[in-house]
Amino acid sequence: MRPDQPLIDWAWIAEHLDDIGLRLVQHLGISALAVAIGLAIAMALALWARRSPGLRGPVTGVTGVLYTIPSLAMFAALVPFTGLTLLTAEIPLVVYTLLILFRNIMAGFDGVPAEVNEAADGMGYRSSERLRQIELPLAVPLIIAGVRLASVSTIGLVMIVSLLGRNFGGLGVLITEGIQTFFATKVYVGAALSVALAVAADLALVALERRATPWAQGVAIDIAQGPIRTPEWIP
Amino acid sequence: MSGPSSPDRTTPSTRAATVAFDHVTKRYPGTRADNPGAVEDLSLEVPAGKICVLVGPSGCGKTTSLKMVNRLIEPTSGRILIDGADAARRDVTELRRSIGYVIQQVGLFPHQTVGENVATVPRLLGWPEARRRERSEELLGLVGLDPATYRDRYPAQLSGGERQRVGVARALAADPPVMLMDEPFGAVDPIVRERLQNEFLRLQADLAKTILFVTHDIDEAIKIGDLVAVMQVGGHLAQFGTPEEILANPASDFVARFVGADRGLKRLALARVESLELRPAITARPGDDAAAARSRILADPFEYLLLVDALDRPIGWLAERQVPTSGVLSEAMAASMSPILDRRTTLKDALAMLIDAEVQAGIVVDRRGVLRGLVTVDMIVERMRSPVAAATSAAGPPG
Ligand SMILES: Nc1ncnc2c1ncn2[C@@H]1O[C@H](COP(=O)(O)OP(=O)(O)O)[C@@H](O)[C@H]1O
Ligand SMILES: [Mg+2]
Repeated sequence: MRPDQPLIDWAWIAEHLDDIGLRLVQHLGISALAVAIGLAIAMALALWARRSPGLRGPVTGVTGVLYTIPSLAMFAALVPFTGLTLLTAEIPLVVYTLLILFRNIMAGFDGVPAEVNEAADGMGYRSSERLRQIELPLAVPLIIAGVRLASVSTIGLVMIVSLLGRNFGGLGVLITEGIQTFFATKVYVGAALSVALAVAADLALVALERRATPWAQGVAIDIAQGPIRTPEWIP
Repeated sequence: MSGPSSPDRTTPSTRAATVAFDHVTKRYPGTRADNPGAVEDLSLEVPAGKICVLVGPSGCGKTTSLKMVNRLIEPTSGRILIDGADAARRDVTELRRSIGYVIQQVGLFPHQTVGENVATVPRLLGWPEARRRERSEELLGLVGLDPATYRDRYPAQLSGGERQRVGVARALAADPPVMLMDEPFGAVDPIVRERLQNEFLRLQADLAKTILFVTHDIDEAIKIGDLVAVMQVGGHLAQFGTPEEILANPASDFVARFVGADRGLKRLALARVESLELRPAITARPGDDAAAARSRILADPFEYLLLVDALDRPIGWLAERQVPTSGVLSEAMAASMSPILDRRTTLKDALAMLIDAEVQAGIVVDRRGVLRGLVTVDMIVERMRSPVAAATSAAGPPG
């Protein structure tokens, strides 16, 4: 970086608000899509594992192994098949959310007190009715906790999507360009907005959880005379 | 006061059904060769509108028996008949929605308000919203919770006793002919439990449901049950009968030990003064001739004279030596008084009052305070030892 350059060039920012906004929206879109698809897949896996408890271990194992594959390696492996496309970007992002989301959804089901399920069965809930009306609503706090974690980590990961293409690269594009042109302002703006996006997404999800679970406000730890077991990896 | 033998409990409701166990056995899959059953060859019949309490030590198969009625557990063999129809042949969802179910931990749905919880089965049955709301308010009132205060609360905002009430209201919501209650008052403190028991009996006096009630507490069983089934580990029915029969004639050493050495006293708690043939008192009024009264007591083994007023209301006792040999009796001569009992006083309370007052006889009066007769300690003790008056159904196959 050139020593005479100011650390942050406010004039450049003012002139390029459109471009910055575009990257921000792209970043949010890529992240949201990945988390949404990840949630759908993890939910399907969790419902499957709820029916056949024997699948829980294998699903956790496979999603755990996938989670350990470095992102660059996964991009590299996918490019020959899917090219430099958004799809190539989304596949690893989705895959990385599965472990967290699956484990949290399962923990949400586990947290439904046994007597609540017994009462529901005894009163004649069918299995699907019990799932939709009792278990899923009660699992919401842990599911949202999983979505928060997955969102924050995905928003961070989307940075490297810029390696695949400028058109859909998100805030990472600003950083890459800033480094290539020795223009610090772009790097700072990209990094700061990515952090801000992660924080905003997290706060929005907390607000969503509050609205979705009025029954748990102030009593989150004491639903139905027993604590929900919060898995230790949830902060 | 509400007690287990209030006479208005005998009218069966149209919304009650008989429940019969017909040689029901449940064996959980086990590795042990002798694999004892959780329930072994259970046969008993609960008439419509009656409370049958299943009582016995922990692990004797009470919960298993109960859950076979709404098919949360399926019997290994045997049948359960509800109004004569085999429960196994009914659609399980429809069956469960027609049976009220209350468990010790209640299992209220934490994410639903009290009102929504109570309306659970009506919602499953597809009742319209307005009718559900009306029904749930009616039931909250019935179990003693003000609908305006409690309707919109969440279960986490209730005390243990309030949760139990909501649990009972929820089970009653669709007016089921049969209720299953598994230690419903087991998790609350003794004072709240006693109050819930009394309210429950008062409710049942109106509702007259057929109720299967599980407890491990023999006192609760005696208090609540029209019929009591004493179960023994291994899932055997040790005795089935009225509380009175079980206390009077325990069928085995096990039952005798389980009901306790104080079963005589417990029987007294079940019987009321009205069940005794009262002993007539020798009475006189102020102004009566003393000598005549004196000769009457001398002719009786019980040498006391009871002074009563013009309306036959007791004033007090005169011992033989306190009755003058001549002149007239006056109110001031009455030296002592006995506990006043009424027809509904339990014999246990009556005995306690007599012992407490250190007297032989209590005075029984009617609602206006008019003398009906005497109850003596001897009469109560004799009653405690007597065999049961009328034996009703014993354990046996239904039909
Ligand atoms: N799901 C089960 N699997 C195996 N054994 C069971 C199961 N449920 C209950 N039992 C056994 O059956 C017996 C009766 O249990 P239960 O009906 O719960 O007794 P109670 O309610 O009288 O305490 C006990 O010995 C218990 O250990
Ligand atoms: Mg039990």
